[in-house]
Amino acid sequence: MATPVRTDETARTTAPSPPFSTTVHVGFRVNDEDVELDLDPRESLLDVLRERLELTGTKKGCDHGHCGACTVHVDGRRVVSCLTPAVQAQGTAVTTIEGVAGPGGELHPVQQAFVDHDALQCGYCTPGQVMSGIACIDEGHAGDDAQAREYLSGNLCRCGAYPGIVAAVRAVADRSEG
Amino acid sequence: MRPFAYAAPASVPEALDALVAAGPDARFLAGGTTLYDLMKLGVEAPPAVVDVHRLPELAVVDTAGPDELVFGAGARMADVAEDPVLLRDYPMLAESLAKAASQQLRTMATVGGNLLQRTRCSYFRGGAPFACNKREPGSGCSALEGIDRAHAVLGTSDSCIATYAGDWAVALIALDAVVDVLGPDGARTVALADLHHEPGSHPERETTLAAGELILRIRVPTTRTARGSTYHKIRDRESYAFALASAATAVALDADGVVTDARIALGGVATRPWRAAAAERTLVGAPLTVDTARRAGEAALAGARPGRHNGFKIELAVRTVTDALRIAGERAVQ
Ligand SMILES: Cc1cc2nc3c(=O)[nH]c(=O)nc-3n(C[C@H](O)[C@H](O)[C@H](O)COP(=O)(O)OP(=O)(O)OC[C@H]3O[C@@H](n4cnc5c(N)ncnc54)[C@H](O)[C@@H]3O)c2cc1C
Ligand code: SF4
Ligand code: FES
Ligand code: FES
Repeated sequence: MATPVRTDETARTTAPSPPFSTTVHVGFRVNDEDVELDLDPRESLLDVLRERLELTGTKKGCDHGHCGACTVHVDGRRVVSCLTPAVQAQGTAVTTIEGVAGPGGELHPVQQAFVDHDALQCGYCTPGQVMSGIACIDEGHAGDDAQAREYLSGNLCRCGAYPGIVAAVRAVADRSEG
Repeated sequence: MRPFAYAAPASVPEALDALVAAGPDARFLAGGTTLYDLMKLGVEAPPAVVDVHRLPELAVVDTAGPDELVFGAGARMADVAEDPVLLRDYPMLAESLAKAASQQLRTMATVGGNLLQRTRCSYFRGGAPFACNKREPGSGCSALEGIDRAHAVLGTSDSCIATYAGDWAVALIALDAVVDVLGPDGARTVALADLHHEPGSHPERETTLAAGELILRIRVPTTRTARGSTYHKIRDRESYAFALASAATAVALDADGVVTDARIALGGVATRPWRAAAAERTLVGAPLTVDTARRAGEAALAGARPGRHNGFKIELAVRTVTDALRIAGERAVQ
């Protein structure tokens, strides 16, 4: 589902002069590993993660910032990777759903809470929900059910697993406070 | 998406030079949540973009000063929404940001880019199959004969009825904000009230910025009136949706509960951020009651022109203003 990059249009009459370029060398970290890539500035972070780094845990729902399925963390803060031009990841640390488990492979507490609270059905939205939930707790926005719902509203769930999602995030938030 | 050249200069002067060098169709890129989105849709196709998202000069926020609040254009919506001074003394500003988009988008999006977001008119975003004077001047307006439920009832023209979709500019216009811009011809300050055009016969001209002008910062004169304020936003769903109608209101009351200062601006119903000055005047000198608040709401919507499916917005907006004034009044310092 990568956004098609139409190479037939790439022929330009003149090469862009500095500081501009149409191929950008970018370095960043993904899940604690260094990555260096030559990017077409059209590429989204989502497509780079999925198509070039083979990290397919991050999902593409709408590709336009509406659904939250593509949520990842950049420097510890949640963003939608479909509307993040990958060139803007230069120098940052990106965390995806593949990077949240513990060193021994044990599930992240929010992942475990999703299992315990039945917070998914088909699972398509789940990586984005988990990434959003982790950030929501870190931000201090999971203090009560109403606040958690408000600050998770950028993640849609076609299956309507919302009650379980809110319960899972709230359970972890309560535990990390206490 | 059309190919484009990319530059990420390290400073404001370099960014301005780069934009000039790249020509009049080049664009600044901040969070990209409007620009990159529309580039994906093929609605925007700049040959070059100049990335200003992480320029340190644009990140400065200072809300501690006695005379004005200062928001660097590159500050993130999510951060400004939680500024303690705003939460305490300017709830309308904090709420206008917190009730916009989602936390992910607010983390990416800048308060400068937010002012320049483009309409969510589906025919505009839908691209080539649809006539749209804003996207393609002279091609016609699909919304006039189409589904206009989300469209504007104030400030419309026979060329375009697209709603200005943003929230933050609505709260800012009520507080007499200004923006400092820097461009090829130097620096100037523009009142927020003069930043956006009504569509008239040129809906493709949305702002009064010249090509290559960069917004450096937004400034808001301090006022105690804003303590009694709110940004009241009515949506199709409870969260994460654009406004059907919204009202930024602030009131100051004297010891007898009589209004000494009133600010009212509307979102979701107009083609640009909409200050309702006549409505404000109906309140000053009167006690704040349900009746006077409703009368102000009616004054704010007095010139409204309904389309085919958006007539409900007129009464909705009147009630939104009425409610917003009640909330502001409850918070007002007497
Ligand atoms: C799903 C979704 C829901 C949304 N919901 C809401 C909502 O409810 N309420 C709301 O208000 N907004 C909403 N938005 C819009 C969002 O808030 C804006 O897209 C965002 O604020 C734009 O900021 P940005 O930094 O991403 O700008 P960009 O997309 O990078 O830029 C936008 C425009 O501003 C120009 N620009 C950027 N910075 C500068 C500068 N410093 N000087 C001069 N020009 C500049 C760019 O060239 C471009 O034309 C929503 C967006 C999405 C995708
Ligand atoms: S309302 Fe404006 S933006 Fe929408 S189709 Fe008509 S001209 Fe285009
Ligand atoms: S795929 Fe990014 S928000 Fe839907
Ligand atoms: S579990 Fe199916 S979309 Fe959320």
